[in-house]
Amino acid sequence: MTPAARTMEEIRILSPTGVMGSGFLETSFERALAHLPHFIGCDAGSTDPGPSHLGAGHAAFPRPAVKRDLRLMLIGARRLGIPLLIGSAGTAGADAHVEWTFEILREIAHEESLSFTLALICAEQDKAYLKRRLGEGRIKPLNPAPQFDEHTIERAERIVGMMGAEPFLRALDAGADVVLAGRSSDTAIFAGLPMQHGFAPGLAWHAAKILECGAAAVVNRKTPDCMMAFIRDDHFIVQAPDPGLRCTPQSIAAHSLYENADPFLIKECSGTINLTASRYEAVDERAVRVSGSRFIPADVYTVKLEGAEKVGYQSVFIGSIRDPFIIRQIDDWVTRLEGRIHARVAQVYGAALKAGDYHLNFRIYGKNGTMGPLEPVKEIRSHELCLIIEVTAPAQETASDIAGIIRHQGLHLPIPEWSGLITALACPYNPAHLDRGAVYRFCVNHVVEPDDPYEMFPMQLFSVAGATVRECGA
Amino acid sequence: MSKLAELARLIRSKNAGPFELTFDIMFDDAAVYQRVRDSGALTREAIAARYGLPPAEVKFFYCDNALAVKATIPRPVPQGDLRDGDGHGGQQYAPLMDIEIPGRKV
Repeated sequence: MTPAARTMEEIRILSPTGVMGSGFLETSFERALAHLPHFIGCDAGSTDPGPSHLGAGHAAFPRPAVKRDLRLMLIGARRLGIPLLIGSAGTAGADAHVEWTFEILREIAHEESLSFTLALICAEQDKAYLKRRLGEGRIKPLNPAPQFDEHTIERAERIVGMMGAEPFLRALDAGADVVLAGRSSDTAIFAGLPMQHGFAPGLAWHAAKILECGAAAVVNRKTPDCMMAFIRDDHFIVQAPDPGLRCTPQSIAAHSLYENADPFLIKECSGTINLTASRYEAVDERAVRVSGSRFIPADVYTVKLEGAEKVGYQSVFIGSIRDPFIIRQIDDWVTRLEGRIHARVAQVYGAALKAGDYHLNFRIYGKNGTMGPLEPVKEIRSHELCLIIEVTAPAQETASDIAGIIRHQGLHLPIPEWSGLITALACPYNPAHLDRGAVYRFCVNHVVEPDDPYEMFPMQLFSVAGATVRECGA
Repeated sequence: MSKLAELARLIRSKNAGPFELTFDIMFDDAAVYQRVRDSGALTREAIAARYGLPPAEVKFFYCDNALAVKATIPRPVPQGDLRDGDGHGGQQYAPLMDIEIPGRKV
């Protein structure tokens, strides 16, 4: 990005909440608008809710919750005549998620009789494009990364690219009042406009890093809420609009730790945010002044990929054990149960379903259900255990049928201490298992080296006037 | 001696993307933070030992201006994959709580 001459003394940025659909106080939002922000930005997604949202094309937050937040933001932005920038629409930011959010936005425009120019920016990647870039050696692994080849691309339900600041700026330059973007770097939503107005990239990106989580960086977080940044020539100020919320130098410095692998160096498409020389000073009891943050431009522009593939269909059996004889031999008991399940499946399905075609997983709560192999406590100190047994198979019907086998084999699995027919598991549900549908895994942790920041993120422009939505060309 | 959980304001774990797990150990008081930092008990090697990893696989940071110690490790299973038991990575910090920190209360 070419550095611009600074066109204003201060740029004021409002982030209503850390993720659209998690909410914010209307009183805080109104206080923030009274500061006359130059734009509103909101992150609407993350990988944090898990791979199923990207895989299945569903959002993590309820539709009415997203609509409530988006309605307030849209009305506020239109009232002030300022841009509203939304990134990572619908949690995972693939086409289905952008379309879902677009539909909500159209409803609001209709209900509130709002008129604006809208840019939609897509982030889902064409498989042929990815194969071409892979063949050219321009898709590179991050660390740690799963195996990635043509088959990975083929198997994936969806792969998205995480856009940088440039596609947002292109949309604003094209006349957009509202930008609804697919998967985006959280910071890219906020960092572009300040840089375009000539503010230092280090300050713009660092302020963006704090803003993208809303009021998460305050000392006394109560609920998700609004945050503001005021970027000036050689520093920026952060402050939450709610007068009850306090930012301290420590709370702002500590925020760069959250969900980041490295607290000082944060990688973006166009470079690295470097916080090693950042200084944090209290302005008053609630506001913090930050300076010294740098941005080191990258030699090669890279776009991070996220992808999800379907693992299969799953059913889950839940049961508990209270008998101390079974608890003291639980590992052995589970091994014997696993053997019996496989034997019974072989008896029922024969060659039609081999052991490698389905997957069993045993979680023993009360022993190591939370930490699995990382659990340092080896002895069981509980008087009861909860067993969750999952089966993942190529079809839901198969998974469901095997869950029935699991129940019956587990229920009566004998132990040497008792003679005669025992019932070893307490089942809280009837039927005893739950069908979970398709399950997914993240299958990519790689970056693409595109020719430019835009080729992976096509844009469409729409003229929205109440219920009328007309495409006006990109 | 004090246990780390008695000295820290907050010990937490969380995903840092789907393939890494990060730990934040945060303090209220600069003197307490410095005691822990300088104790030699909370180190890259101590984290590696608690999570059964070679020290080279642990990213480790002292964050003086945040009064925090941070470590990041590869997830044993990627987030949400079949054997993952903690989708947000939020309950993986418990083994850090009883790390013994030498020295007296400051």
